[in-house]
Parts: sequence; structure tokens; C-alpha cells
Amino acid sequence: MKYLCIVYTEEAKLAALSDKEFEQLDADSLAYDKEMREAGHFLAAEALQSVQTATTLRVRQNKLSATDGPFAETKEQLCGFVLMQAEDLNEAIRVASKIPSARVGSVEVRPVRQLAEKEPWDKRG
Amino acid sequence: MTDAGNTISEKVEEIYRTESRRILATLIRLLGDFDLAEEAVQNAFAAAVVAWPRDGVPDNPRAWLVSAGRFKAVDTLRRRARFAAVQNELGKSLETTIEETAQAPELEDDRLRLILVCCHPALPPDAQIALTLREVCGLTTEEIARAFLTTAPTVAQRIVRAKNKIRDAKIPYEVPELAELHDRLEIVLHVIYLIFNEGYSASSGESLTKSKLTQEAIRLTRLLIALLPKPDSEATGLLALMLLQESRRAARASAGGEVVLLEDQDRSRWNREQIAEGVAFVRKALATRNVGAYTLQAAIAAIHAEAPSSAATDWNEIVGLYDLLKRVDPSPVVELNRAVAVAMRDGDAEGLRLMDELLAAGELQNYSFAHAGRAELCRRLGRNDEARESYLRALDLMEQEPERRFMQRRLRELDAGDSSRQA
Repeated sequence: MKYLCIVYTEEAKLAALSDKEFEQLDADSLAYDKEMREAGHFLAAEALQSVQTATTLRVRQNKLSATDGPFAETKEQLCGFVLMQAEDLNEAIRVASKIPSARVGSVEVRPVRQLAEKEPWDKRG
Repeated sequence: MTDAGNTISEKVEEIYRTESRRILATLIRLLGDFDLAEEAVQNAFAAAVVAWPRDGVPDNPRAWLVSAGRFKAVDTLRRRARFAAVQNELGKSLETTIEETAQAPELEDDRLRLILVCCHPALPPDAQIALTLREVCGLTTEEIARAFLTTAPTVAQRIVRAKNKIRDAKIPYEVPELAELHDRLEIVLHVIYLIFNEGYSASSGESLTKSKLTQEAIRLTRLLIALLPKPDSEATGLLALMLLQESRRAARASAGGEVVLLEDQDRSRWNREQIAEGVAFVRKALATRNVGAYTLQAAIAAIHAEAPSSAATDWNEIVGLYDLLKRVDPSPVVELNRAVAVAMRDGDAEGLRLMDELLAAGELQNYSFAHAGRAELCRRLGRNDEARESYLRALDLMEQEPERRFMQRRLRELDAGDSSRQA
């Protein structure tokens, strides 16, 4: 089963970290990626730039609108993600609880919905 | 035939009462699906009603029913698979896993697994409670709705959502390793205590359903203690606490349904059997090195339970236990209870001083019992205007009828006292 761990932090809190603390967080995150890879959990993980760099798109009636900023203004911002492979939710929680940014922000663990490629004769929803 | 048939159907009913939850727990593990397992339990008992009068009651009825249940479930899956135009692969693979897992000597653990799934931290608290009462205790959704003053469809919806999450997020049916089990157990104990408190609280609702909740909470804790791979002192402490609180049930409300304060209760109506059992469990929990919040609260309840009267209570010991509780589980409510105990030990003025400090700190401003406690101390100190003001504030915040009736009576007494003095 695949789980997406969505990492939220208050950007102000990240900005308040000293250079040394920030570098340590990055180093810890890279080290944990390696640990997850070796344990067979790692599928992908990235940290994101600030929400100030975000652009939100919508397509309505074939017309594209692009606006500045994140989808929603919230207290905590999406700052990174880990896509992992885990046997079940308990294992996913165990692995996600050691994501270093969980110490600064919060991690939402969401099971990935598999989009089934349907055979032509299969009429299931 | 009819005679034998009757005894056998009585036997089936008895087994249903005592074993159906256990069989359900095992079938959930084997089938990996709550609804399929529930249907399988019903089908297994239906099969027993037909087969047992003909073939006799099997030596191990539980194993027979588990086995019948899983065959019925495989049938159901095969039927569904045919309709869905998918070949029998699913049914076949399930059959093999069932054959393998049914061998495992894990049947007793299934009930612990079921409790842990129902109280999984990924489920919302009201769903944890509803699911535990429905799946582990076997209460109907109607009974749960009555006890929690909500409607059966609301309860049913909570249960359906929780089951969907268990399936979709893949919450496993497992007993985690000891280190993790300890954290998970904390949640289970909390859910049980919430169930107990709902049954014990003076809020309105049918008293029969209410007392069923306290009984279920106590029964569940006994079961949990029996199932745990390693003894847990807080589980023992919680059992003690609930027994000691339950022992006062008959004395804690007047015939008119008004709350009777601990100091005014008729102690001859306290249940001595429950007190003896509760006290024994407190001793057991205190003897471990791991003394937690439930054990400390139970120890406080035990001192009350064994005291012949409020005046003859060892308040010094109680204040000391609150000091410990404050360290283990710091909260303004614990501080409030400590202030009440200090009032009994060092006098009402000292208690009031502490309580005013707590109220000034702000967190208890909207807690009805804080204002009621302050009112009571002011009343005893003859500061009637302040007492009246605090009772009114408490009444504003209090929803539970029996408590409200008590406070309204106190207010009438204060008014009567004032007017008689004027006269």
C-alpha cells in the first residue's frame, strides 16, 4: 500500500530557525530518506520552496486562469512530502513519525487511491 | 424431537450470548472485513440451528461456528465475484489464506486485536466509542444512541465511516509490539473511561441504559486485563477506579433525582463488595513501580470508600495524593479538586484562597464545577452574596439537570436564610 505523507509547517517557524538548525534539518531529512530507501519504504520525497513561489491554476470552460499564491491561505503551509510504501497504516505511522520535519510541523498520512486501468468489458465504477 | 429441539435452540441462544463477540473477532481477522464477518456470524448461527438438532452439538461449538462462518463468507464472496464478472481468483486466494491463518493459535488474541482496532488513534473519539460498544460489547446502535442522547442513524453513520476508514487506510488487525502497545493501551483505557463516565454522569437519559454503560466499561476492562500479554498497572488502576465510583451509585442521587454531595451520602448504601474489590485492585496497582493517573484517582476514591464519614476522612492523605496526581497528570481540574481537599484539611478560607487563584488564572472560567465549588466554600464561610453570585454563574454553565436542581435548592436556601435574618 502507498501512503503520501504531507508535511505542513508554519513558514514563519521555519524562517525563525537559525542557519545551523536549518542545515541540520536538511541533513536529517536526507539521512532519513536514505534510511527509508534501505528499509524499502521510500518511493519519493521532496521539500518545497516557500508558498510565495506558488501559482494556482484552474481550467473552467476550457479557459485557463492562473493566480498567484497557494490554493488556500492557512496557518500551516505545505512544505514537502514523502511518498512511501508500507504494509498498513500502523507501519506508515511508525515510519512517518520519524520524518524530521514532524518535529517542527505536522505530517498528514493519506493512503493513495489506486486508479484502476479498466479492461473494456469491466463496467465497474 | 421437539423437546430436544427446544433444548438445542436454548443452547444455541446461550452460545450466541457468550461467544458471538469472540467468534466475530476471529472472523474479522480471517476475512479482513467487518461487514462480511458480521454477516458470517449470523449465517453460522443460522446453520447451527439447522445442523445441531440433526447432528448433535459439536464438542467445540466455537470452532464449529468459526469454520461455518468462514465457509459461508467464501460462498458470499464467490457469488459476488460471479456477479462482478471477475473470475474466481479472489475467492480462491482468500480461501488459501483462510486455511493458513485458521491454523494459527491466535484465537484469544483476536479480541484484543478487535479492541485495538476499534480504539485506533486514527479514528475520531466518538467513532472509537461507538465502534467499541457495537463490535466488542455487542450493544445495538439503538442502545448506543439512547445512552449518548443521539439518534440511531447518527451512531450508524459514525460506525460506517469508521469501518470505511479501517478498510481504505488499511488499519491493521494486529497487537503491536510491547513498546507501542503501551501507547495504544492509553487510548483504549481513555475510551473505556469515557464510556464509563457517560454511564455514570448525572446527565439525563434512561437510567437503565446508563447503568448498562458502566457495567460494560467494567466488563471490558476485566476482559482487557485478562487478554494483555503483560500486566498493565493503569488498566488495574482504572478497573479499581470504576468499581469504587460505581459502588456509590445508589447513594449519589436522591429519590427525586437530585445530586447528593459525597459528604451527605448515606454510606450504608455504598456497595461493600465493589469497594472491597476496588481496594484490592488499588493495592495491586500501587504495588507496581508504575503508578499513573487512574491508579492515583482510584487511591483517592479508596480513601473515601473506607472512611466512615466525611469528617473522619484522612484529608491529609488525599491532599498528598492530589499532589502526586498533579505531577503525573497536571490539569486545572486536578488543582481544583486538590483545593477542595485542602479546604477540608486546612479550613474553607484556605481552600477558597486557592480556588480564587485558580479561577484568576482563567482556564476554569467556563467550568461549571469550579464556580459551584467556590459557591459552596463561600456559603460555608457565610459570604452569602458571593455564594449566590457563584451559584448563578455555575447554573449558567451547567447542563445536567440533577446538578442544576441541587444548585437551585442551594440558592433558595440562601435567599431564605437572608430573609429570616432580616425578619
